[in-house]
Formats: sequence, C-alpha cells, structure tokens
Amino acid sequence: MTLTMQIDGKAVTATAGMSLLEACRDAGINIPTLCHHEALEPFGGCRLCLVEVEVRGWTQLVVSCVYPAADGLVVRTRSEKVDKLRKTIVELLMAHAPESPVLNELAAEYGARKNRFSQESAFCIHCGLCVRYCNEVKQADAVAFIERGANKEISFLPDIAAKECDSCKECFPLCPTSYLQAAYVLVGALSGFPPPSS
Amino acid sequence: MSTAIPRLASPAELAAVRQQIIAGRDPSKPYIAVCAGTGCIACGARKVVEAFQSAIAEHGLDTEVTLKPTGCPGFCEQGSVVVIYPQEICYVRVTAQDVPEIVANTIRDKQVVERLLYTDPATGQPVVRESDIPFYRHQQRNLLSSNIKLDSKSLADYLAIGGYAALDKTLTSMTAEQVLDEVTRANLRGRGGAGFPAGRKWKGTRDAPADIRYVIVNADEGDPGAFMDRALLEGNPHSILEGLIIGAYAVGAREGYIYVRQEYPLAVQNVTLAIAQAKACGLLGANILGSGFDFDVKVHQGAGAFVCGESTALMTALEGRVGEPRPKYIRSNVKGLWEKPSVLNNVETWANVPLIINNGAEWFANIGTEGSKGTKIFSLVGKITNTGLVEVPMGVTLRDIVYKIGGGIPDGKKFKAIQTGGPSGGCIPERLLDLQVGFDELTKAGSMMGSGGMIVMDEDTCMVDVARYFIGFLTDESCGKCVPCREGLRQMHRVLTRICEGEGQPGDFELLEDLSEVLEHASLCALGKSAPSPFLSTLRYFRDEYEAHINEKRCPAMSCKALIRYYIEPEKCEACLICLRKCPSESIAGGKNLIHVIKQDECESCGVCFDVCPPRFDAIRKISGRIVPPPLPEDQRAFDRSKRR
Repeated sequence: MTLTMQIDGKAVTATAGMSLLEACRDAGINIPTLCHHEALEPFGGCRLCLVEVEVRGWTQLVVSCVYPAADGLVVRTRSEKVDKLRKTIVELLMAHAPESPVLNELAAEYGARKNRFSQESAFCIHCGLCVRYCNEVKQADAVAFIERGANKEISFLPDIAAKECDSCKECFPLCPTSYLQAAYVLVGALSGFPPPSS
Repeated sequence: MSTAIPRLASPAELAAVRQQIIAGRDPSKPYIAVCAGTGCIACGARKVVEAFQSAIAEHGLDTEVTLKPTGCPGFCEQGSVVVIYPQEICYVRVTAQDVPEIVANTIRDKQVVERLLYTDPATGQPVVRESDIPFYRHQQRNLLSSNIKLDSKSLADYLAIGGYAALDKTLTSMTAEQVLDEVTRANLRGRGGAGFPAGRKWKGTRDAPADIRYVIVNADEGDPGAFMDRALLEGNPHSILEGLIIGAYAVGAREGYIYVRQEYPLAVQNVTLAIAQAKACGLLGANILGSGFDFDVKVHQGAGAFVCGESTALMTALEGRVGEPRPKYIRSNVKGLWEKPSVLNNVETWANVPLIINNGAEWFANIGTEGSKGTKIFSLVGKITNTGLVEVPMGVTLRDIVYKIGGGIPDGKKFKAIQTGGPSGGCIPERLLDLQVGFDELTKAGSMMGSGGMIVMDEDTCMVDVARYFIGFLTDESCGKCVPCREGLRQMHRVLTRICEGEGQPGDFELLEDLSEVLEHASLCALGKSAPSPFLSTLRYFRDEYEAHINEKRCPAMSCKALIRYYIEPEKCEACLICLRKCPSESIAGGKNLIHVIKQDECESCGVCFDVCPPRFDAIRKISGRIVPPPLPEDQRAFDRSKRR
C-alpha cells in the first residue's frame, strides 16, 4: 500500500510498514543517525533522528527510525526545537569522544560545542552497532553490553572472540569512534588470543 | 481450625463453602491479629506470634481464642501492632515480652493493658479502639482494612470476608463487555504512575485482533520509601488474584503474570501460595467454577532493576531478555508481551477491581474528585510523626494527610516540602498544602501521583540536595540504552553535585535547563522523560535555595556539608571536653580549663561536635555563606568559671 506524507513541505510517498526514517531517506531527505543500520533492527538509542510530526493537530517529537510512516502525516525534519535537541545530544556524546569525525561533522551542522559538558572520555557512545551486528547478522555474540546505565560498556567475550573475531572484524568499520578496535586489542592482550595481525 | 476447601465446580458450591466457613466461626470469640507484614516482622512480629502461641497454650485457651498473623494495617511507626477483636483493642509497639501480660489481662481477665495503648499526642489520652486512633480515623480504608481481618496465607479467611464473590458475580451474571463497561464507568485510573484509565486500556486489548492476550500485574514497586503494593500483595494476595482473573475474563486472556521484585520475598511467598490454593479449588486453571473460562497465572521474580517497572521494560524482562524499554509507538495493550495485546496494571489497580464489581461503578465513582476516583494508598515517610500506609479518598488535601493523619512534623521542626510520585515526581511547598490529591492536581503542581510515595521534608532538608539525590538515584537506575537518559542524567547529577559542593557557576541554570529539555523530549521511555522533575519542581518552588548555593556559596538549610562550617562561641564554651574527645578528625584544640576552638583547616564538617555539645551550653554554631570569626588568640583561651553567670 502506498502512503503519501508531507515532509518538510514536500509530498513524499512511502510503502506501508516503512519507518519514517526509511521513507525520508528514500525521498533523499537526510536525517542524522548514529545507531541506525539498514541490516539491523531499529534500536532507537541515539535519538538523533527525532523529528516533529503532527498528529491530530498536535505537534509531537518522535524518533523517525521507529516511528511508522502513515498516510497523511505531516513531518518536519528540522525545526528550532529539533535542532536544539540534536545539538545537546551531540554535545553529550562529545564528552566521551571529542575527536570522533562523525561527531565533529554533526557538531558543525548543529553548532554543538565539544567541551560544553564535563569530559568523561569513555570513547564508546553506546550506539550498539557492533553488539547488534554481531548478534543479528553474524549470530556470534562475540561482543556484548555489560553493566547498566552510566556504567554500561561494550566488552568482547574472550572465549567467543578468540574463535570468531580474527577472521571477521566486520563490525570494525561500523564504530563511529574506533573504541571498538581498542576494546578488541585490549581483550586480546588480556586473554592471550592473538591480537589483530595489523 | 482451617477448613479444607474442596474443588469448587460451580458458584453454588463456592457459596455453600463460604456459608460453611462463616457458620463455623463465632464472631464473639476473641481474635488476636498480629501484623506480620515486613515492617512489623522487622520489629519482631514473628517472636510476638510465637509468644502468643505459648502464652495461649499456657493458659489453656487454645480453643477459646483465635490467633492470626495478618497483613499490614499500615501503622508502621508503631510496630509491632496487635489488634484484639471483638473489642478492637489496639496495642502498639508490642514486643514478645509484653505478650504474657496481654494474654493474662486482656484475653483471660478482659482488662485493657493501658501501657500498650496508643497515646494521642494531642490529648495525651490513651486510645483503646483502633478506629479511634487519629491516624486511622481520617482514612478511608477500602483496600487496606481487609489486611488485619485475615491470615494472609488462608484462602478460607478470604472467602469468609466475601472473597471471590466478585469473580462469582462476573462469571455468573456478567458478559465481558459488561465488566469492561463497569470498570470504564467507575473511571478507575492506573495506580502505578501515569493514571491511564484502566477501562480504556482493557478495551484496547480486547479489541486488538489476536489469538492470545495477556494480563499482567506490575508488582515491581521500586520508588524509594514506597511499600503500598507490598502491603497488598503480602497481606491480601487473593484480592489481587481475583482482580486479575476478572480482568482476564473481560479482555479474553487465558494467561497472566505477576511480575514481583525479588526483594519482596514474603510477597512472592504469599502470592505463590495463593495461586496454588486457588488452583487446587477450581478458582484458577481450567474451567473456573464450572464456567468454561480457563485462566492461569505465573509468578515472575524481577532481578532488581527500577526501570523494569516501566511497562515495556517489564515485558522485555518477562520474555527473558535484558530489561530495557522498547522504542515503541504502539501501545502494549495492542502489542505487548511477545507482541500480543497485554494489559499491564499495578497491584493496587487490580485490587480495586473486585470492589468495583461487588459495589458497582457508581459506588466507586462517588468517591474522589472529578478526574480521580476511588481511594489511593500512600506510603507516608520522611520527617513525619506517623510513618505508615495511608489510604484516603482522592481529593483529600495534602495538609490533612500530613497533619491529621501523619500527626505533623516531629521534634518541633517546620514543614518544608512534600515529595510525591517517586523519584520522577516533584516537591510541593508549604503554600500548596491545601492541594487536593488527584492525578491531574498533582501534575499541575509540577509533581505527580506516581504510585503513591510521599516523603515529608522539614526545614533541615536542602532542596538542592534532594534534587541531587533523586537525580543520582535515576542515574543509577537508568538502563543506559538512550543517550538523553544515560548521558543527560549523568551530567545533570554532576552539575547538581557541584552546586551542593559550593562549586556552582552562573551558567549552571542554563545547562540544567537544556539537559532537562533533552531528557523530557528525547528520552526513550517514561523514566527518562520524567527524570528532570526532581530538578524542575525544586527549581520552581525553591529557586532561592539554588541561587544561595551558586551565588553566595550558602546552604540555607545548613545541610550541604561543603557549604557549612562549625564554630564554637568562646563565651558559651564551658571547656567540658565532650566535643574535643568526640571529634573524629581531632580538629578541636583545647583542654581542661581551656576554651575549645575548632581548627578550621582540619575540620571535616561532620557535625559530631554540634550534636554532642550539651544543650544547656549550646556553644556550637553552624555557619553557611559567611566568614567564620577568627579563633580566640591562644593567650585568651583560659576558662574562668567565676566570670560566667
């Protein structure tokens, strides 16, 4: 079934079952994301892809990667409010990975300051791309989230990583901060399996 | 004493067994109810029960008196609580040592043991009957009043007070639509936090096309200081079960879950037993009471994450996965547990269902305010004279709860604020004490009903520190999935900690406001969306305290350690050595006949000196926001008693 929506003043068609993000990207409208990947289930974690939609006359902020496209929907992918929220999100992440190229590009677009919040360089921004890719696509579960909340981090599971990772490393290019590679080298060094040859 | 209940194949058999149980009981026979809820157990209730057993045996009264460990009546401040019927004599703070006297005097000789009665602080008079105690007198205990009437582990007791009559009525004379209609007309709103109308939620599930539907009890009560649901589940587990079965019938569910936190072992035990009892006699399982309706319930124990009280996180955890909320735009009543339509309601919501069916929607809707119907249980804690569970009709004012029921603030201190709604709720100041409690009323005041926690704060409480505490709690309990909640709360906690430590900066308001905005509008679940409330509500009503911390480095409540100094007034110090000896950091100079002086550069502001200085000397001052007077020169420190009055 074909749906028609109005996105940023433009009429856009989409197929039922698509997310708003997919519909926008199909129409060539760019929405920033950090945790989205076409091969993976939508995660809804980074919240950068939030947009304004009008539902029954009310403006709502929704994240487009999980919001279903719907006929007649009016969408604004940029607004003062959306931009300000995106700016704060980027600033929060830059407390962890101030030199990440992806974050710096976003910072330039939204006017984010890299040192606005006190630095806590954990480098990982918890997008979960590595964890979910390893689970959903490779079904290897060699890397996982451990702990909770502010203490949450990614960790390779040495037993599995020793067997699976050297020949795969497909998650490496997904990482927006290169923290993943560091974590891999670290766990290899600690558990005695050969670190990546080069 | 206990009546064996056979398998009940029809409503008639249920009625017959009920009659038989009631006929076998003599209402004039003395009945000793000992609260065996978690609070009273902590005060030694198990030993009290054992002491009653042996004292009763000693007097040979076994056949003449009934003894029951019961659920919690709510007056936790006065535990262990013992009530003796039919006279309704209420004894408070009972220990095992008091029991022989109670049995000898009250049970055998029909005398009241005056020293164990509650004394009304207003009149100084002892109060005999439970219902005359002011704490209870101003309540309307539709739900909690059953607790004391039954042994929490006895199905016969529940039947004796009319239990499962609502289920009987539902199955024999009501269609599912009629049940839905009744709950909708009663305008029962969810007691777990958001106050969503239960009827609408149920209807959404019933109307959703699906082969399987679920009903779930949310017993993952995690707000600091809240224990309403625990008291209901421990004290009267069958009432929750009955509500759940009725709900399942209304929405067409055949399976249900009770998600209860592991930290509530007694609740787990009692509800598990209740399920086994109900199954054994045909009130649960296949073909309930011969009606053809099948329904089964399982208990699931949570592993201790606050966020699992959030509906989608709870369902994810039930599915056996990490308890994180789902990014959803479809309500769980349409697509919930295992993607099936699922009704999730809080313990207290389910407990109200049998009452609505028995008494009718009009009865329920007659209690309360326009938008909030029925009664609500609050756990009243903090700086309050009567700590405990309080059940009041919606619409009662906060002032009545704090003063009439709660007995006001202890130690002659001044009321400052009441925090309602759990960690994501807010603080309400004194000038709004006449606010009526209700879902919409509390939200309008910048707080919320939440599940019913109420923490009373007095003048010694620093509101910035309160915000810091709750934001810290939420930071610890954030699941970490979405950026605004994980990172936003972490930064917010840092800024608030900095302010409490005297490191606040002029730009902090803007920083905190931006963080609040991103949390409120961009978080994934309700935990994050409501997380800024502790900050926003304290800022709204106590902005001056924030300003004092940031601009003057002063804590008006004299509570933030980094912002207070202690100082001994030389003209009041009697050189008694008490503070000098107790100071853990040994930072008080002085000696026998030498006026004591705090070495400011060594003092850690622990406050021990302030606490131990004898009130008749009252020599120690707390100072915040101004310079400590210079120490007395060493050559002037000799203490001369003759120069004092």
